[in-house]
Amino acid sequence: MRWAVVVFPGTNCELDCHHVVADVLGQPVEYVWHKDTRLEGFDAVILPGGFSYGDYLRTGAIARFSPIMGAVADFAAAGRPVIGICNGFQILLEAGLLPGALRRNEGLKFRCHDVHLRVENGATAFTNRCRPGQVLRVPIKHGEGNYYADPATIDELERTGRVVLRYATPEGAVTAEANPNGSLNNIAGIVNERGNVFGMMPHPEIAAEAILGMEDGRLIFESIVASVEGRVAHVR
Amino acid sequence: MSAEHGASASARPWEEVGLTSEEYGDIERILGRSPNPVELGLFGLMWSEHCSYKTSKSSLKRLPTRGPRVVQGPGENAGVIDIGDGVAVAFKIESHNHPSFIEPYQGAATGVGGILRDIFAMGARPIAILDSLRFGELDDAKQRWLFGGVVGGIGAYGNCFGCPTVGGEVHFDRSYRGNPLVNAMCVGLVDRGRVFYGRAEGEGNPLILVGSKTGRDGIHGASLLASKEFDERAEERRPAVQVGDPFLEKLLLEACLELLDSGAVVGLNDLGAAGLTSAASEMASRGGYGLEIDLDKVPRRETGMTPYELMLSESQERMLLVARAGREDEVRRVFAKWDLDAAVIGRVTAGGRLRVLENGRVVADVPAAALAKDAPVYERPEAEPAYLKETRAFNPATLPPVGDPAAVLERLLATPDIADKAWVFEQYDHFILDNTVVRPGSDAAVLRLKGTRRGLAVTTDGNGRYVYLDPRAGAAIAVAEAARNVVCSGAEPLAVTNCLNFGNPERPEVMWQFRRAIEGMTEACQALGTPVTGGNVSFYNETLGENIHPTPVIGLVGALEDVERDQTTQWFKDEGDLVAILGPLGGDPVAGLGGSEYLKVVHGKTAGRPPALDLDLEARVQRACLKAIREGLIRSAHDVSDGGLAVTLAESCFGGPGPAVPIGASVDLPADATAAESSSGPSLRLDALLFGEEQSRVVVSLASAAEGRLKAICEAERVPLAFIGLVGGSDLRILVGRRPVIQRPVAALRTIWKETIPWLMR
Amino acid sequence: MATMMTTWKARVYVTLKPGVLDPQGRAVENALKVLGFAEVGDVRVGKYIEVGLEAPDREAALARVAEMGRRLFANPVIEQFRYDVTEAGAGAAGAGVAGATGATGATGGATGDS
Repeated sequence: MRWAVVVFPGTNCELDCHHVVADVLGQPVEYVWHKDTRLEGFDAVILPGGFSYGDYLRTGAIARFSPIMGAVADFAAAGRPVIGICNGFQILLEAGLLPGALRRNEGLKFRCHDVHLRVENGATAFTNRCRPGQVLRVPIKHGEGNYYADPATIDELERTGRVVLRYATPEGAVTAEANPNGSLNNIAGIVNERGNVFGMMPHPEIAAEAILGMEDGRLIFESIVASVEGRVAHVR
Repeated sequence: MSAEHGASASARPWEEVGLTSEEYGDIERILGRSPNPVELGLFGLMWSEHCSYKTSKSSLKRLPTRGPRVVQGPGENAGVIDIGDGVAVAFKIESHNHPSFIEPYQGAATGVGGILRDIFAMGARPIAILDSLRFGELDDAKQRWLFGGVVGGIGAYGNCFGCPTVGGEVHFDRSYRGNPLVNAMCVGLVDRGRVFYGRAEGEGNPLILVGSKTGRDGIHGASLLASKEFDERAEERRPAVQVGDPFLEKLLLEACLELLDSGAVVGLNDLGAAGLTSAASEMASRGGYGLEIDLDKVPRRETGMTPYELMLSESQERMLLVARAGREDEVRRVFAKWDLDAAVIGRVTAGGRLRVLENGRVVADVPAAALAKDAPVYERPEAEPAYLKETRAFNPATLPPVGDPAAVLERLLATPDIADKAWVFEQYDHFILDNTVVRPGSDAAVLRLKGTRRGLAVTTDGNGRYVYLDPRAGAAIAVAEAARNVVCSGAEPLAVTNCLNFGNPERPEVMWQFRRAIEGMTEACQALGTPVTGGNVSFYNETLGENIHPTPVIGLVGALEDVERDQTTQWFKDEGDLVAILGPLGGDPVAGLGGSEYLKVVHGKTAGRPPALDLDLEARVQRACLKAIREGLIRSAHDVSDGGLAVTLAESCFGGPGPAVPIGASVDLPADATAAESSSGPSLRLDALLFGEEQSRVVVSLASAAEGRLKAICEAERVPLAFIGLVGGSDLRILVGRRPVIQRPVAALRTIWKETIPWLMR
Repeated sequence: MATMMTTWKARVYVTLKPGVLDPQGRAVENALKVLGFAEVGDVRVGKYIEVGLEAPDREAALARVAEMGRRLFANPVIEQFRYDVTEAGAGAAGAGVAGATGATGATGGATGDS
């Protein structure tokens, strides 16, 4: 399978995503510049983290108008996997490919540290290598990761199993203390209705190798591989 | 000064640009005529202390700058060392003290921006930022504002740019309350054969200005701010502080690296202090050529800018490059892809002159080297400071004996100097680029180098109190401690960059401090084999006549042979591991109390002499420690510094960010070290044993099977070694001669240590 | 035949919708209280944007700015915006109408149709 890593001006996690796909998973991967308009021939798309357009005006607000976003929407409409990490998640929200919005962290500060994530749905294209209820240790690094959606949307996400990852304690308890940014219902990652567009604030690409002290993030990438290569029946 | 015309035609024109009448005479001799106002403005800037190093130059020559690893020493945008496997490391530290005092957020942010550009000007991709910070005590709202603003600004710039901030240090002392220190260091990687230099070469080659447009911001920023002491009017200079745009700098980085790959570039230079004037004159003088600049071609953000303003603007996120003739379109194409300006503003000429034109009229014509290199060199008078008589006279033996050692330990852990700095580094992205093996919080940060087995360990260190009390010893200790930190992390120390923060050099006492510090640094760098490849001098750190503690900060880079095998943290790991001390225990009964954190916090004194440093012993301790780590014997290593042995042991118990979890330890220190009353010889006081900051010591933990081999290594290196206890349990227990002196739950100590700064900054 | 174009200046104010937690606003509110402004109630922090644009008349300018607000300036999930438009340069020309004739548009984000 071939991966695309989309690069907007100000994206800065593209090297890390590329490294994990190419060097850890050993899969073909290419950068796609935001002015490009085609994603033919790719099997999975990553919108990496960073500060596209400097996060000026609003995170992701300008990037969503980049030429490549039309192709991303088509790719998603075709049922193929799109993962947005951190700023990539913010862009997917701004583009309307996922519901809700990310506000400034409740503590107002940028936060960079490990968090624990409870896998709420282990049957998605992005988590099929995790057990439901498994706790992953993956870092966050963001200033605006405070997930919000109106009550009806939150209710629907919860009812339909679309809350995929939740901030939790190392033991897997979902508590206020384990919530690093004020996200409603401790939400750390969600999928769209069809289950092929996924956004998460934590950074799996910096938690994918033993030498860096964290390996759980690799499960997210391996899940995408398993899903694309048909080793997992698609269920949501 | 009138911005319209540069210096005005007064009777004493030199005064308006901060020069002396003698310096003005030198300029007239160089030019063979009087300078016009624009030319005088250029000289005023380039001959300022900040740009010319006219006071420090002669002393700096003493520092060792050569070594088998050194590819580029001082004098370029950054130093470069060869670490093998075809990989070179570019690194440098620089101060942004004065701008940060006026506007902490933007001052610190643009400091980071400037040092990043210095690194990518060498063709290197920045892979790590470190920041060495000093503020007044946090009980003062202004200091909290400065501290919060500086940390926020560093984070904002580095996080957005996408370079991890992996380390540094923060200290608090009253001496910095009117003059905080903000020193930013950057480390970058470049292929050994592809290092670029800031040189203008090749007659007719185009000179191209890239990046941001030029505005009036920051005119006189760095040079004037950094070449004058502060007074109560400092606030009025606020317009001189620039605003950083890390987003644009990230584009600039990618565009520059992409262009360097194309082979179209001859030389590249950052635009920092003194803007275009400095970059152009330095590139020309390094290359031995001249430059002609047509100001009409400079892209601007504002209208009506004068030649003087265009030449001196310190607008951020700009670079100057010389390309090969005929490849201008290639340059424009690459920069257009990244939505950046690239304007041909002139060309390289023979003859070494910097000629500046506006509307076809020559507005300045001076020898480039005269601006960049020929400022007068001063041997300013020095005199030993009077305060030293008093501080040296202090004898720690007169201190009352330590009361409750556990309470003292808790107090030290709650001191902002020693307390956990997670509040700081959790605001910095320290993961990006996927290289961070050892995170901030341990002795040094460790980065892996993808595609090799190697790693880098990086740290900054400096102790203003020690240098205040004895500049020579204090500066040597800064080098020794930096090297020790890198060794404790599993790396061989390779080279140093220094940021020399001192007061007003026109005061003989400050010059005395400065020269002695250079001597101490020279001795230590020679003894430890770590040449100095560059850095920065920041004088005039003085407000209303009050000088800061002289604070030379050492940035040190070390290499790990095998990052997987050698990377080591300071945190105890496994129940049952042995705890040992490499290095001396005892000797002088008050060893390490002078200038200590204990003396300051518990007794309210900054006095005595700093700890003695035996450089030969230091080198042996470091060799033994590194050898033991490379043989795989060592589970944790932590250098003994602020707060002494008790604090070092506590910190080793706390566990780190990431996987290391808190764990207890139980140690029994040799009774003979403190058996004062009974024995005839001098022995260590209890306060000195627990809290003294005697040098050349490392607390290690190891599996019991490794005991014999560690003994053999230490014997071979003639390094004192004492096995003092075991890792395990949930308490930290310290006994002396089987008598318990401290016992506390690690969790309770850790809470005190963790909560201090967040509580002060709440 | 070319339409006569006039230069307008739009002022756009973006704020969080009522009911959406505003941590910045809360921090400012607390700071004000610490400073002794005991009378302070709810504080909301927003963004202010100035846009210069050409349009044949005020209605056209207002319509364009509303469109900009919906498409870019505000995220309808959490934000709302309001705006006004004045003739640019009117004040500078000394015509005595500066600031007097601002037309105000309706909140755009609340309808959330983007």
